Amino acid sequence: MKENNGIMAYLKGDGLQKVIAVGCLVVLYIFFGIFGRRFLTLDTFVSILDSSYYIGFLAIGMTFIVITGGIDLSCGTVMVGSALIGGVAYKVWHLPIMFCLLVVMLVALLFGLCNGLLVGKMKLPPFIATLGMQFISMGICSVVAKVQTQTYPSLKSADGWFKQVIYKYNNFPVGAIWLLVFFIIGWILLNKTILGRYTYAMGSNEDAVELSGISTSKWKVYVYIVNGFFVGLAGIIYAATYSTITPQTGNGEEMYAIAACVIGGTSLAGGVGTLFGTILGVFVISVLKAGLLSMELPVQWQQVLIGVVVLLAVLVDVIRAQKAKRT
Amino acid sequence: MSENQERIILEMTDIDKTFPGVHALDHCRFDLKEGEVHALIGENGAGKSTLVKIMTGIHTDYTGEYKLFGQPVHFRNIKEAQEAGISIVHQELNMMNDLTVAQNIFIGRESNGFFCNDKAINQKTAALIKDFNIDVNPTDRIRNLTVGKCQMVEIARAMSYPATKVLILDEPTAALSEAEAEDLFEKMEQLKARNVSIIFISHRLEEIKRVSDRVTVMRDGRYIDTLNAKTCSIQDIVRLMVGREVLEEPKSKSNVPEGAPVVLSASHLNSNKVKDVSFELRKGEILGFAGLVGAGRTEVMRLIYGADHKNGGEVIINGHKAKIHHSKDAITKGIGYLSEDRKRYGLVLGLSVTDNTVLSSYDLAELHKGLFVNEKRSAEISEKYVKRLKTKTPSVRQLVKNLSGGNQQKVVIAKWMLRNCDILIFDEPTRGIDIGARAEIYNLMDELVKEGKSIIMVSSDMTEVLKMSDRIVVMCEGRKTGELDIAEATQDKIMTLATKYQ
Repeated sequence: MKENNGIMAYLKGDGLQKVIAVGCLVVLYIFFGIFGRRFLTLDTFVSILDSSYYIGFLAIGMTFIVITGGIDLSCGTVMVGSALIGGVAYKVWHLPIMFCLLVVMLVALLFGLCNGLLVGKMKLPPFIATLGMQFISMGICSVVAKVQTQTYPSLKSADGWFKQVIYKYNNFPVGAIWLLVFFIIGWILLNKTILGRYTYAMGSNEDAVELSGISTSKWKVYVYIVNGFFVGLAGIIYAATYSTITPQTGNGEEMYAIAACVIGGTSLAGGVGTLFGTILGVFVISVLKAGLLSMELPVQWQQVLIGVVVLLAVLVDVIRAQKAKRT
Repeated sequence: MSENQERIILEMTDIDKTFPGVHALDHCRFDLKEGEVHALIGENGAGKSTLVKIMTGIHTDYTGEYKLFGQPVHFRNIKEAQEAGISIVHQELNMMNDLTVAQNIFIGRESNGFFCNDKAINQKTAALIKDFNIDVNPTDRIRNLTVGKCQMVEIARAMSYPATKVLILDEPTAALSEAEAEDLFEKMEQLKARNVSIIFISHRLEEIKRVSDRVTVMRDGRYIDTLNAKTCSIQDIVRLMVGREVLEEPKSKSNVPEGAPVVLSASHLNSNKVKDVSFELRKGEILGFAGLVGAGRTEVMRLIYGADHKNGGEVIINGHKAKIHHSKDAITKGIGYLSEDRKRYGLVLGLSVTDNTVLSSYDLAELHKGLFVNEKRSAEISEKYVKRLKTKTPSVRQLVKNLSGGNQQKVVIAKWMLRNCDILIFDEPTRGIDIGARAEIYNLMDELVKEGKSIIMVSSDMTEVLKMSDRIVVMCEGRKTGELDIAEATQDKIMTLATKYQ
């Protein structure tokens, strides 16, 4: 490789996938800045941040799962379901709000454990295991809530303090700070600990890991519990954002999380992916949403464009791989 | 040293192991002396792998006595065996391609706590690499390394366990070029000098004879005999293995009649890995392609077959210029390609013998009625080929994944014979195939050329090249470095041409 075209070589190599999410974000920002109305304002920026929280947490957890070569179809319904049961704890069981949030975490961790046992110990394909858990979590949480919509305390009420701590303090997007904090925690977990190392290793060659004397079934359970943890965080911030939690919703949200991973360059085949890419993917989705609003286009276009970006992100990589093979 | 040589460190007696329906090990025994290279040999299915899997704690459910350093042991998992001093390098390399060299070597031993200490493992790896003189960096990703280097990294990994006194190499040279194999043998000598005992599993008898001290032969799950490798002959080993004599004499002269017509002529083929290769194939000829792994032989075949993109050159078949842009074009022109990686490119493992045999022939009129497959005819046809090729299978409905390597290869051959291909490209036809089935494949190839078919055979096995070919093309670094008639070809001459680096 010649020195003088280092950047081009980097782009032709593994670099492109990393750059594509950044490039996408920049292009979208400039595009909406020029054509959108009041896009480059603080309000829009804050709303972009606001709409990225729960998908952000889901996507961080999803990145772990996808790197192992798995997938989690249940995270959307578990997020809403755990928030729903947290709401039951507040309204019906009259627990202090602090404990209600703990309930949300516990429910999500429990579902994470279930997914982990199904995939790790019982060797079910992740797609099937989490598809089953999607229905189960949606159903069970609705039953516990007696199919009643649950509401969390409003900002003005006595227990509304939790929204200020978690979601927004006087228009300041506190949620973004939490997302950043847990992004960093997730990053350390994935890049600096043996859990992260085994996550990549299992996605890369599970048999080899097993033959190295490492129990993949055990570590898969751990990875799914970590995912459950992030789904729980998503549930909490979902509750803080929306206050009203409707039973039997949440399915479909997992697809945004998967889309964010893919846009960020995580391979569904496992072994490859970064949290940085994922978080960029999350913002690509949020920017699309805010940008289309600023252009006064219906939000449905967001779905069209997310689809296009997902296809482009993967297509570019496929074409690059084919070219690399040929030249 | 000599008294060390006599010290037995590993001893297995009366080992019995059954899988559902298979008596894999029948009161088998084995022993290993300190600092020796002990070859373990037998046809596929003889029980070698099962035996070493018991040694290394992969199979835990067996009966019999297993003593290590004089102590009876029964390992419950791989880790216990590793800690007791037994490490294995598996036949199919078990690397995590997306991780680095250091991360692979120290998988499971990243640190004592929860956080990985990459700096420390990189340093340790650097020391190991230096010790074993391997040309890689600790931070290289495995996916960017050649097979040979991966193998060295695996050995370094096995030896990185400080307790390792017994190293098991399961067919380490199967995927290596001769130069890489030489390198491996050197490493084995090094380890031997450190009093490490090596169990060496291989199908290549010359190398067994060269590197080992003793040879234990197994057959059908039974212990047959242990020979002194220095004094026994290859024929002795082979006789014990198969229970009959197999001659591996080189061919002395070409069997191709004078003036046989040229059926395929390739001129100035070029791609990113192939540099200006031209050659001719004549009717009824077996044209050997020799060279080291990575010499570009498979790449040439893929160009001819239309599997890769050509940057230049042309292929003339039976005097006509052939436009081959896709494997489909090659098949219609009568070229069949038997890939070096049967399981990946040659067969659909989850389908039956019948389905695999007729897979590329559904367009033949007798095999389909409109959109529907003619199941009855397909079964008849594959039955016919099973008989003709003596494929060992309980029925043509058997799934191909349940057949042995040699029989799988026969199914691939049947597939191309059915297409009535006149030109067959055999890429490493006997890789991973045991010696009995190997002889059958050779006979089959001889029969095919007698019928007037022409064969191009890519092989890294020098004995095979010299035994089968009528003429030999030698390649190095994507270039054709020479062409030899079988009458003048010797191992030395081929090797010289194969290492003609620029």
